[in-house]
Amino acid sequence: MAIDIGPPDYKEMLHPVIKKNYGKWKYHEILQPGVLKHVSETGDEVYTVRAGSPRLVSVDFIREICDIADKYCDGYLRFTSRHCVEFMTPDKERIQPLIDEVKAHKLPVGGTGKSISNIVHTQGWAHCHSAATDASGPVKAIMDELYDYFVSMKLPALFRISFACCLNMCGAVHCSDLAIVGVHRKPPKVNHEKIAVVCEIPTTMASCPTGAIRRHPDPNIKSMVINEERCMYCSNCFTVCPAMPIADAEGDGLAIYVGGKVSNARHAPMFSRLAIPYLPNNPPRWPELVSAVKNIVEVYAANARKWERMGEWIERVGWERFFSLTGIPFTEQHIDDFTHAVETFRTSTHFKW
Amino acid sequence: MSESETPRLDQLETGPWPSFVSEIKKMAGRKPAARDLLRQMELSYKDRVTHWKHGGIVGIRSYGGGVIGRYSDSPEQFPDVAAFHTIRVNQPSGWFYSTKALRQICDIWEKYGSGLTNFHGSTGDIILLGTTTEKLQPCFNELSDEAGFDLGGSGSALRTPSCCLGPARCEWSCIDTLDLCNDLTHSFQDELHRPAWPYKFKIKISGCPNDCVASIARSDLPIIGTWRDSLRIDQEEVRKYAADGFDIENEVVALCPTDALEWDEKTLTLKLKAEDCVRCMHCINRMPKALRPGLERGATLLIGGKAPIMKGAFLSWVLVPFMPMTPPYTEFKVLVRKIWDWWDENGKTRERVGEVIERLGMARFLRDVGLKPLPQMVFRPRANPYVFWRSEQK
Repeated sequence: MAIDIGPPDYKEMLHPVIKKNYGKWKYHEILQPGVLKHVSETGDEVYTVRAGSPRLVSVDFIREICDIADKYCDGYLRFTSRHCVEFMTPDKERIQPLIDEVKAHKLPVGGTGKSISNIVHTQGWAHCHSAATDASGPVKAIMDELYDYFVSMKLPALFRISFACCLNMCGAVHCSDLAIVGVHRKPPKVNHEKIAVVCEIPTTMASCPTGAIRRHPDPNIKSMVINEERCMYCSNCFTVCPAMPIADAEGDGLAIYVGGKVSNARHAPMFSRLAIPYLPNNPPRWPELVSAVKNIVEVYAANARKWERMGEWIERVGWERFFSLTGIPFTEQHIDDFTHAVETFRTSTHFKW
Repeated sequence: MSESETPRLDQLETGPWPSFVSEIKKMAGRKPAARDLLRQMELSYKDRVTHWKHGGIVGIRSYGGGVIGRYSDSPEQFPDVAAFHTIRVNQPSGWFYSTKALRQICDIWEKYGSGLTNFHGSTGDIILLGTTTEKLQPCFNELSDEAGFDLGGSGSALRTPSCCLGPARCEWSCIDTLDLCNDLTHSFQDELHRPAWPYKFKIKISGCPNDCVASIARSDLPIIGTWRDSLRIDQEEVRKYAADGFDIENEVVALCPTDALEWDEKTLTLKLKAEDCVRCMHCINRMPKALRPGLERGATLLIGGKAPIMKGAFLSWVLVPFMPMTPPYTEFKVLVRKIWDWWDENGKTRERVGEVIERLGMARFLRDVGLKPLPQMVFRPRANPYVFWRSEQK
């Protein structure tokens, strides 16, 4: 049993044309949605076909895309940072048959340029103990509705949607054009019988960002109580102490944050900010969530200038205009009351009616 | 026709986007665990809560992480997912694969697990989704000995570093992201596989400020390629863009964040005030045939990025404005070890490095790791008068 061998050498995973032109690429073009052409200083070209994937895939799926790559790409492929599959070939003649084959496997070709690329997402009810919602299901429901934006490039700029099924944000969605986060709205239920056996009380108390957890007032009971007014349902205590379950069918749901970006192009990277504090968990197709996302995307598409990301558009027109254009009500939940809240309060008389 | 066991999930097999439900069903015929996963998810879709229990301690011999223990909360109802552990497998740099390597992983995973995967998980690993405790070790042995793959990180350890595709297929990469990622991952195997820190630590590497792997938001220590001289302009190619009707004035010049560009319509020349350029990439993104990054290349290092838990989310802060990035990357490795030591010494349990810096102050952090304060590190200096002076400074 070999240990600590690390990942295999990436050089063994590169198509010969990639290896030959490594570091020599000169420019690229997007030939059509989902199809890229890269040209090297050597004169070589490589064509890429990008396909959407559900991310949660079977070994059969992987073998199918391997079959495609064996047939058209000399046995090589790659994945993008947003779970898309990329098939690359130096042979121009192979592009159309490759696209046809990918589409025959019912995979969408797109996700380039001014499109909505695949949604980065987490495990949800498929594999996580702390999920406040499913992930793959709502993502599928949203991408069905926004499919046209994946296979076309008609938005003002690229648009990144991310999905995290709880505040732990394994998907670190907090800097996306549109982020969806699974949220709890009820405090954890403390299991006093189990707690002393499975949890460290000081660690659990220290885990609370608002100091809402204290020792049980009865010294004979080795447990904790929660000051419910100070709980903002982050579930960090549940992460360190399984005897503080927080999931609740009625309380749990989804929140939408908008306007974040990570690219440095034009405006500096930005956090996403709260647009809708709560939408219900309504499986299997989450209709309230899907229509809310679609509304925001369409209002952005209709109003932003060319190359303006969601957050850049909102910063230009103002958040008050974002709320009036989208018809989303502004509530007390939108006003920050955590640690750096005052930085978000308006300190000028510059605002719109 | 027999009634479906999963009427709710079945509704996610309609519509144009490829369906994860269909993927699980592909395995459900051959793998009882995949069938019980579907049935348990169907119950979650009915109850609207998860049916997975808090993780358990399972693992591979001589590793402290890389496996996420997972148990069903209803094992009587779903015996084939009573234990359904995840194995994180360290991806090759840039997520490039030969089909030979992928097929090997598929065969091993079909033999030892549910046949279900994520390509890829949020941090970048290949996720092998669901197997039993006794199959973990033989599965790892075969992955390691036969296929040449190793585990990724989990818990309070270095998490699997990841990088953009860099020089492999991008003209903008200012550093060799794939080699750097591969080198660091191999250099820090112990930090990756044996959790020993206050909490997790993530390194992500992007070749240019477009930051395709979201390193600035998603990692404690982003490495972002950049240049120190002037971006390069091919005026011939600029004129071709103009001749093709591309609106250089409005789509490029007007969107430059520092007003560093000027389009001279008379001479058909794009002029750059290089000293005003902040290398945001917008003009290069718009005119890739005409504009290219400069030639004096390296990386900007940042520190502290993280998701909200527990003191709130941070975007990373500039730490080293420019560091040359050539093998064996010694300057970087020396610095990152200093940072880890400082964090290990000062951090509380579950405190990310950015949170320790916020609590103890950036000035102290810089002093302790031996970096000089620079104006590039801040948007603007402090406004308040609450200034500390150390005794030797008075």
